[in-house]
Amino acid sequence: MDFELTEDQQAIRELARDFARNEIAPGVLERDREGAFPTELIAAAGELGFCGMTIPEEHGGSELDPLSYCLVLEELARECPSTSVTLSVTNSVCAQPIARFGNDEQKARYLPRLASGEWIGGFMLTEPDSGSDAKAMRTRAVRDGDDWVLDGSKAWVTNAQVGKVFVVMARTADDEISAFLVEDGTPGLSIERMEDKMGLRSSKTAMYSFEGVRVPHSAMLGAQGEGMKVALGSLDRGRLGIASQGLGMGCAALEEAARYARDRRAFGRPIGDFQAIQWMLADMHVELEAARLLLYRAAHLSSQGRLDPATASMAKLACTESAKRACDAAVQVHGGNGYSREYKVERLHRDVRVTTIYEGTSQIQKLVIGRSLLRS
Amino acid sequence: MNVELNEDQLTIRDAVREFAQGEVAPRAADIDKTAEFPKDLVAQCGEMGYMGVGVPEELGGAGLDTVSYTLIIEELSAACATTGVIVSVNNSLCCDPILEWGSEETKKKYLPELASGRLLGSYALSEPGSGSDAAALECVATKDGDDWVLNGSKNWITNGVAADVSVVYATTDKDAGHRGVIALVVERGMKGFEVGPHDDKLGIRGSGSCQFFFDDCRVPAANVLGAENDGFKVAMRTLDSGRIGIAAQAVGIGRAAHEAALGYAKERKAFGKPIAEHQAIQFMLADMATELDAARLLTWKAAWAKDGRKHDKKQRWTLEAATAKLFASEAANRAATKSLQIFGGNGYVSDYPAERHFRDARITEIYEGTSEIQRIVIAADVLKRAD
Repeated sequence: MDFELTEDQQAIRELARDFARNEIAPGVLERDREGAFPTELIAAAGELGFCGMTIPEEHGGSELDPLSYCLVLEELARECPSTSVTLSVTNSVCAQPIARFGNDEQKARYLPRLASGEWIGGFMLTEPDSGSDAKAMRTRAVRDGDDWVLDGSKAWVTNAQVGKVFVVMARTADDEISAFLVEDGTPGLSIERMEDKMGLRSSKTAMYSFEGVRVPHSAMLGAQGEGMKVALGSLDRGRLGIASQGLGMGCAALEEAARYARDRRAFGRPIGDFQAIQWMLADMHVELEAARLLLYRAAHLSSQGRLDPATASMAKLACTESAKRACDAAVQVHGGNGYSREYKVERLHRDVRVTTIYEGTSQIQKLVIGRSLLRS
Repeated sequence: MNVELNEDQLTIRDAVREFAQGEVAPRAADIDKTAEFPKDLVAQCGEMGYMGVGVPEELGGAGLDTVSYTLIIEELSAACATTGVIVSVNNSLCCDPILEWGSEETKKKYLPELASGRLLGSYALSEPGSGSDAAALECVATKDGDDWVLNGSKNWITNGVAADVSVVYATTDKDAGHRGVIALVVERGMKGFEVGPHDDKLGIRGSGSCQFFFDDCRVPAANVLGAENDGFKVAMRTLDSGRIGIAAQAVGIGRAAHEAALGYAKERKAFGKPIAEHQAIQFMLADMATELDAARLLTWKAAWAKDGRKHDKKQRWTLEAATAKLFASEAANRAATKSLQIFGGNGYVSDYPAERHFRDARITEIYEGTSEIQRIVIAADVLKRAD
C-alpha cells in the first residue's frame, strides 16, 4: 500500500499546475464571458503532451498512465474546466479509440495531428432522442458502392466548431452499430445549432446534422458492427476524466472559500473563525478527499487492466457530486460576492453543474453500481 | 500509488474474517441483549494476536503494520461492534501510549500481558464535567514522595469493568491547562481505585464502559508515561491512533449493515419482484457501497500515514485520522439508517440485525473525538493552508 504519487506523476502534476496557473488562468474570465474557445492554449497544451495522453509515443503521443492523465485534467480544471473538458474529450473518446481500434492508415493520419494539438477531436453518440440507449439510435449509415452515406443528427457534441475529426456512431443495420471517422468539412455535415450553455462556456457544444454525408469505407473505425465496443472501450477514460475535472473544480472551490474565509471579516473577526463557516470547509475537505481516493483507486486499477465498471462509476459519482456540493458551499461562504461574476466561485458553480450529467449521469452511475451489487 | 492490500495483509484479513464470522458474529445479538462483557472472546482475540497488533514481537505482540490493524478492527466490528471497540481500545488507547511513552521497564511489565489478552487495557480521559474540552480536567494528581496520588473520577471508560490496566490522565496544575496534565498507568486493585457499574447504553452494549473513582489512590512514579507534564501530548497523539481504529470500526459496522440490507433486498419481494430491483432501493445500496469504499480508503490512508511517521515524535497524522474518522463514522450512520429503511418494519425489531447496526453505529460519531471536534481539527488545517 502506498498513497504517494510516483516521482513521474508528481512531475507531471507540477507541469500541469504551472501551465494552468501561468497560461490558462489569466484569460479565463474573459473567455467565459465571451464564450471564446482557447485555440492557442490547446496548441500550447499539445506541446506539453496534454493532447496526446492516450496516444502511443510512436504516433507522437505522450501515452500517460491513467493516474497521470487524471492528475493533468484535475489540475487544468482547477483553473479552467472548459479547457479541461476539451482535452478530456479529444484524448479519451477520439484519440483513444483511434489508437485502440484504428488501422495503420487511420493512426498515421490522425494520431500525430491530435497529439500535437494541431487537430482537436470529438465524439458523436448521443442524439436528440437517445443517449447511451443504443437501441434508440436513429442515425443511419447506408452502404453505397465503396462508400457509406450517413443521415441523422447528433446532440451535445463537445469540441464542436473547433473539432477536425469525430468518432461517429451510426446504425449500419437494424441490429448493428458501427463507428466512423468523419472529418469536419465533409459535405452534408453541418452544425444545426450551437448550444448556449450555463457553464463551460468556452468549450464549444453543438447539435450536428448529417444529410447524405458520404465517407469511404476506409473511414470505418474497427470492424462493422463493433461500434458499441469502440464506444464502451473509451468509457473508463471518459469517466475518470470527468471525475478528475469535477475533483479539480471542487478543490479550487475549497481553496477559494478558505482564502475568502480568512480575509473576509464580520462581527469583528475573520468569518473563518466562526464554526458555521469552518463546518462547511471541513465537510468540503473530507468529501473531496474521499472522492479523490476513489478516483485514484480506479486509476490505479485501470493501469493494471483491472478496472471494473462499478469502481469507475463510484469514482465518477463521488467526485462530481462532492464537487457540486463544494462549489455550492463555496458560493455560500462568499455570500453576495459568490453570486457575482467577479469571483471565481460563481463560474465554478456554473461549470461544475454539468459534471453530474455528462459521461453518464449520477443516476446511471448508481444503476451501474447497483447492478454490480445485485450480481455479487 | 497503490491502494491494494499485499499478500500478507490479505492473509490476515481472511484469517480474521473467518474467526470473526465463525466465532464472534454468532454471539453479537446475545452480547447486545445481555450487555455482558465478552471476556472469553477477549481471550480468544489474545490467542489470535489481535490484542497487541502493533506491539513488536519481542514484547509479545504481533508486530504488524497499521493497515493490517484496521483490517482486524473492521472484520471484528462487522461481526460485533462491541468486540471491535474492545480490541481497538486495548490496542490504540492502551498498548500504543505505553509502547510510545513508557519506560523499558513499564513496556516489559505490561505489553506482553496486554498483547496476549491475559490483561485487558483501557483509557481514562473524559470526566463527568469534561469530554471534548479534554484539558479541563478535575481529576487531580499530587506528587507525594515517589508516588502520585489520584483524586477524582473518570467517565466512559470502555473496557472499564474488566480492565486490569488503565492509562489515566489527571491534572497536576489546573492553572497550567493542557501543560499540566500527567498520564499514569494505573492497575486494577490499587488502593483507593474503585470501578463503577457497567453503563446502560444505546449500542455497543457489552463494551464494559463505566466510571472510575479515585480516592487517594497511590500510583508509583515509575508508571508515568513520558515526562511529568507530557500527559496532554500523550492523550492527543494516542487519539490520533485511536481515531484510525474507530474509523475502521465504523467501516465494519457500515459494511455489516450494507451486507445485511443487500441480502434482504434480494430476497424480499414487492410489486412482483425483489425490492433490490427497484431503483429506490438500488440507489440506496449504491450510495452505501460508494461511501463505505471511500471510508475504507481514507482509513487505510490514515493508517499508512501513521506507519510512515510514528517513529518520529515531531510528526503526526492528525489530519488524515480526523478525515477518516469523520467520514467513516458519518458514512456508517448513513448506511445503517438506509439499511434499517430497506428492512422496513423488520428493521425496527431485534429479529433482524439492522436495528443493532443502527444503534451501534451511533457511538462512532461521538467517542474518541466527536464529529464536531474532527471538523474543528480539519477546518483549522484547511484555513492554515489558505495562508
